[in-house]
Amino acid sequence: MFGIQNHKATVSNEAFREAENPSSLVVHFPPDTPLVMDAGLTISPFSIAYQTYGTLNATRSNAVLVCHALTGDQHVANAHPVTGKPGWWSTMVGPGRPIDTDRYFVICSNVIGGCMGSTGPASVNPETGKVWGLDLPVVTIRDMVRAQAMLVEHLGIETLFCVAGGSMGGMQVLQWVASYPDRVFSALPIATASKHSAQNIAFHEVGRQAVMADPDWNGGRYAGRAGQPVKGLAVARMAAHITYLSEGALQRKFGRKLQDRNAPTFSFDADFQIENYLRYQGSSFVDRFDANSYLYVTRACDYFDLAADYDGSLARAFLGAKTRFCVVSFTSDWLYPTSDARAIVHALNAASLPVSFVEIETDKGHDAFLLDEPDFMATTRGFLESAARARGLSGGESENSR
Amino acid sequence: MIYKAIPGFAGQANRVDLVLVADMVEPGGRALDVGCGDGALLQMLTRDQGVDGRGIEISQAGVNGCVAKGLSVVQGDADTDLADYPDDAFDYVILSQTLQATRHPKQVLEHMLRIGRRAIVSFPNFGHWRVRSQLMFLGRMPRTESLAYSWYDTPNIHLCTIRDFVQLVDEIGASIDRAIALDRNGSKMRVNAPWWAWNLFGEQAVFLLHRRKIR
Repeated sequence: MFGIQNHKATVSNEAFREAENPSSLVVHFPPDTPLVMDAGLTISPFSIAYQTYGTLNATRSNAVLVCHALTGDQHVANAHPVTGKPGWWSTMVGPGRPIDTDRYFVICSNVIGGCMGSTGPASVNPETGKVWGLDLPVVTIRDMVRAQAMLVEHLGIETLFCVAGGSMGGMQVLQWVASYPDRVFSALPIATASKHSAQNIAFHEVGRQAVMADPDWNGGRYAGRAGQPVKGLAVARMAAHITYLSEGALQRKFGRKLQDRNAPTFSFDADFQIENYLRYQGSSFVDRFDANSYLYVTRACDYFDLAADYDGSLARAFLGAKTRFCVVSFTSDWLYPTSDARAIVHALNAASLPVSFVEIETDKGHDAFLLDEPDFMATTRGFLESAARARGLSGGESENSR
Repeated sequence: MIYKAIPGFAGQANRVDLVLVADMVEPGGRALDVGCGDGALLQMLTRDQGVDGRGIEISQAGVNGCVAKGLSVVQGDADTDLADYPDDAFDYVILSQTLQATRHPKQVLEHMLRIGRRAIVSFPNFGHWRVRSQLMFLGRMPRTESLAYSWYDTPNIHLCTIRDFVQLVDEIGASIDRAIALDRNGSKMRVNAPWWAWNLFGEQAVFLLHRRKIR
């Protein structure tokens, strides 16, 4: 027996409900405003589910767009409607937090291809009345950003004060500045890269193959069936979760410690705490995430290579932009290492954009961007406060008081 | 005012050489401050002189301080990271009190003059008579107010005299636009004083350089 519990044989109904009827704000873009996709197709009508926090000021100049990572969603700073857990970035976003909802109007939307209410493979295709499944065109980071730009326009915001995000969210930040340089005043790409490496693609492929190897995946047509591809998706999550942590942190947290036993059982039970931990991560993930959606979002990251869209020159992607940047990496992040961040910084420098760069010392690996790392919080706060002064947003210290 | 030659972000505030460096930068240009510490000089340049200023700083605390001031500063190392900057990206590249702490001072200087049209370098003069006399009469590695470290824990691994520096400038094919030597009290020495006097009585020096040879 593999060990992912059997009671997870069906994805909770709540996850499916969120795909069709999300517990958040939704914009339905009518057929006359289709989403043009890099795959060469359009989808219409389509939907974007989003959350907002704080108040948009009179001049509409204090909007911050937060872009979520691979399996994140729009619930940045509120309890998650399926799991009940706190928002995924509630350390960063909220009243008095670095992205201060008392000062800024924060928007976060579920990406196209996601499964929390924006059009994705778990949504119903209005043309057929059936779940999209793999009939949905393959989604790219640029498609996600194009959809976000439509949402931002719909909200009546011309220029975003800041676009911020980590990991896949950071890719969206870079794409935003490349696609809409005049609409982004400041940018905060964190623990990210301008392209996916062979290793990044390799790990994602392992995850996708785990999903597709599950007989219940059924070629992507599992909607409404009794059996759901939860085992494959759980394995995908387990493998991915290892890449989010550092070896040092794993060793410190788990070492070779045994789980509720004093000696190995000479079986394939979860003897080690790390096994138990990963199994828990896998089985809780399938409660809130759609297997096909996992294929789409991992694919979007793999296809991301911003320089490739600009004749192989990353600097050219940013030419002419005036956006002020703060790039952040973490010492123990081996998924998107500091060298990736430096490549972005060099390109920004070459394109003469104002850029700051900080490498935060931590042993928490890639996941550090989601955690309350004091130096990281201080950097973000300082960057946003100075950008707010430059933007003339009230509420911060004035330039003269320093 | 007496400055202390302490590389890193601790010592930038109130350093007299910073004012001299800032004086050499024409308003409105683009400047890169290598080893910008807590950003005191960059702030002077950007706020008071309308310079588009950027920085490189090795310490996390320094970078965080700069970012909070709204300065554009990249965490990095003068020895390794200057190579990544394109040619002619800046009007001025500044290295204040950092040259003697680099592993490859010649390379660093060459990169500075590749990246910028002009380079501004300030450094402590190891030819000062106090330094010389400590070695001569005490037979010990010198420790002065401006070089306050013991030989075994000093970050200053490539100290030079004003004469040494002038020779290096010639070797890399650069020209000196301006040179200033400061005496022990931080006052400018007489402009018409001969080089040997500067080398003996100047405790620190500030040089404005430009490229001479066509690369």
